[in-house]
Amino acid sequence: MNRRTLLGATAATAILAATGAFAAAHGPLKVGFIYVGPVGDGGWTYEHDQARQKLLAHFGDKIETVYQESVPEGADAERVMTQMALSGVKLIFTTSFGYMDPTINVAAKFPDVKFEHATGYKTADNVAVYSARFYEGRAIQGHIAGRMTKTNKIGYIASFPIPEVIRGINSAFIHAKKANPDVQFNVIWAYTWFDPAKEADAAKALIEQGADVILQHTDSTAPQAAAQAAGNVITFGQASDMGEYAPSPRVSSIIDNWAPYYIARTQAVIDGTWQSANTWDGIGAGMVGIGEITDAVHEDVKAEALALKDSIASGAYHPFTGPLNKQDGSAWLAEGEVADDGTLAGMDFYVEGVTGTIPN
Amino acid sequence: MNLGAIDPVLLIASLMVAATPIILAALGELVVEKSGVLNLGVEGMMITGAICGFAVAVETGSPVLGFVLAAMGGAALALIFALLTQYLLSNQVATGLALTLFGLGISAMIGQAYRGVKPPATAKLNLGPLGDIPVLGRMVFSHDWVVYFALVLVAGVWAFLKYTRGGLILRAVGENHDAAHALGYKVVRIRLAAIAFGGACAGMGGAYVSLVRVPQWTDGMTAGAGWIALAIVVFASWRAGRVLLGAYLFGGISVLQLNLQAAGVPVPVEILSMSPFVVTIIVLVFISARQKGAAVAPAALGRIFHASS
Repeated sequence: MNRRTLLGATAATAILAATGAFAAAHGPLKVGFIYVGPVGDGGWTYEHDQARQKLLAHFGDKIETVYQESVPEGADAERVMTQMALSGVKLIFTTSFGYMDPTINVAAKFPDVKFEHATGYKTADNVAVYSARFYEGRAIQGHIAGRMTKTNKIGYIASFPIPEVIRGINSAFIHAKKANPDVQFNVIWAYTWFDPAKEADAAKALIEQGADVILQHTDSTAPQAAAQAAGNVITFGQASDMGEYAPSPRVSSIIDNWAPYYIARTQAVIDGTWQSANTWDGIGAGMVGIGEITDAVHEDVKAEALALKDSIASGAYHPFTGPLNKQDGSAWLAEGEVADDGTLAGMDFYVEGVTGTIPN
Repeated sequence: MNLGAIDPVLLIASLMVAATPIILAALGELVVEKSGVLNLGVEGMMITGAICGFAVAVETGSPVLGFVLAAMGGAALALIFALLTQYLLSNQVATGLALTLFGLGISAMIGQAYRGVKPPATAKLNLGPLGDIPVLGRMVFSHDWVVYFALVLVAGVWAFLKYTRGGLILRAVGENHDAAHALGYKVVRIRLAAIAFGGACAGMGGAYVSLVRVPQWTDGMTAGAGWIALAIVVFASWRAGRVLLGAYLFGGISVLQLNLQAAGVPVPVEILSMSPFVVTIIVLVFISARQKGAAVAPAALGRIFHASS
């Protein structure tokens, strides 16, 4: 390359960069989404994508959205985020716990791109975290489960041993136990967020061992289908309503409602008022929805569940209210004491009465 | 802990079901690799078969027709691979990977309308008095026809490769395509047939996941079963009988570890979770290691053939 072509190339690059900057400043805001499963999983990722579509409907041509499905949690996630940031995306939602470190790493390289990480706890100047208090919904599920079970065995398909999942097990167990002191939880760790065949096998194993209520913290509807095939087993929709399995086996659900949050945060970027934050909303704020409780649930139980929902929504009742002991019998919360958010966010222990150990 | 809660009869019945998609896909890939072609697109062909079979079964109400169309769908996708690698001489590894991505994408597109739909049930085969045998009847003789079809196919592929002239020619093409060509065999045509067969098997395996094992349609629902099938072919050192063993081991331990977890056995969950992979690999490697010095992989595996070279 001689000097003239070098100069020419440099000038061309400069012009390109300038027009690029111009386009970035005046074009629509690009918002990116990273999904852990396919948008058609019928659960977790499906709801994030629904929220993305609502975001697009809300802002119209003021924004553009891009998304990448089924991104593995790990090094691949970093590549995908980097690619998005390089292509001019200014706000990136990374929607799974396992994207936590990749998000922090990539965010450090792109200080002018805003990142929003779901269900994590690490923040930075340009990384905010958000999550929903799903354990509030788990309390209601636990209550219905405890009242509905005839075998006193409740199966729980867990995904990964992270605080989010452990909180759900504890919350469901506490309220199932309150409703029915003889209740027992059998937990299977599937080590996946999404693998319909494995989720179906896990549900079958639990049902074959006598469970007649299946709770799931994985994303597909496969356990619902397994419960339906078995008959006499009830389930709850996870992340999404899973209403196609109503009125039975699916008797209620936890529905994630991310759209209001996504709209608010995107507006903040447009206005230039975006700041790193730690948002954790529940039933009261509308981030956690409780799907219709079907007629398969006895009226009394339904009324109790709805009363529980109202008291949680109004803040009158906290699902983790003492007296509560840890699994090893040591005291955790005294009579009337309420768990603080810090402990909940990092929860790594079972409450008293849950059998089995949490894998490391 | 409550080991008594695990019913061995139900356990073995579930493992036969869990292993069937892997047997079908691995068997197809075995034939493909025996002909000297490495098709890494098993996952893509499985998922395409899964949605083709699901859609057809839902529309016609006939699961059998679903399986037939799943086989055709898988074979059609495989023929794209065949066209690219056999006629246009593209790199087999890259083309196979692309096939997986393509299959995942196209299946999600076809599947848009089928989310949340329930497929017609695949009936259990009525084997008459066999099904009434205590224990064994429930364990082995109470399945749908695909489970037995897979077993028959294992025997068929084994016999074909070992005893027939066609099998010998297929293996010759896989070992040394230039020699086979010099003898007058149509290398490309034989490989085409093998690739189509592999695609059909993978498609049926995928349909088994969406029509029987889960049964519903969800994007990306095969979730890596195709990769397991690929690995089992290698660890089974390209033998049909060992493919069966490997698939049953893998399927069996996958189901067993979930049952052990549910029963609360005090073994760390991490160990239980990885046990299907570890045990299957160890057992198959151990068996393969006993045949000393035998180069088991087809010699022409993955190599591009052109009549001029």
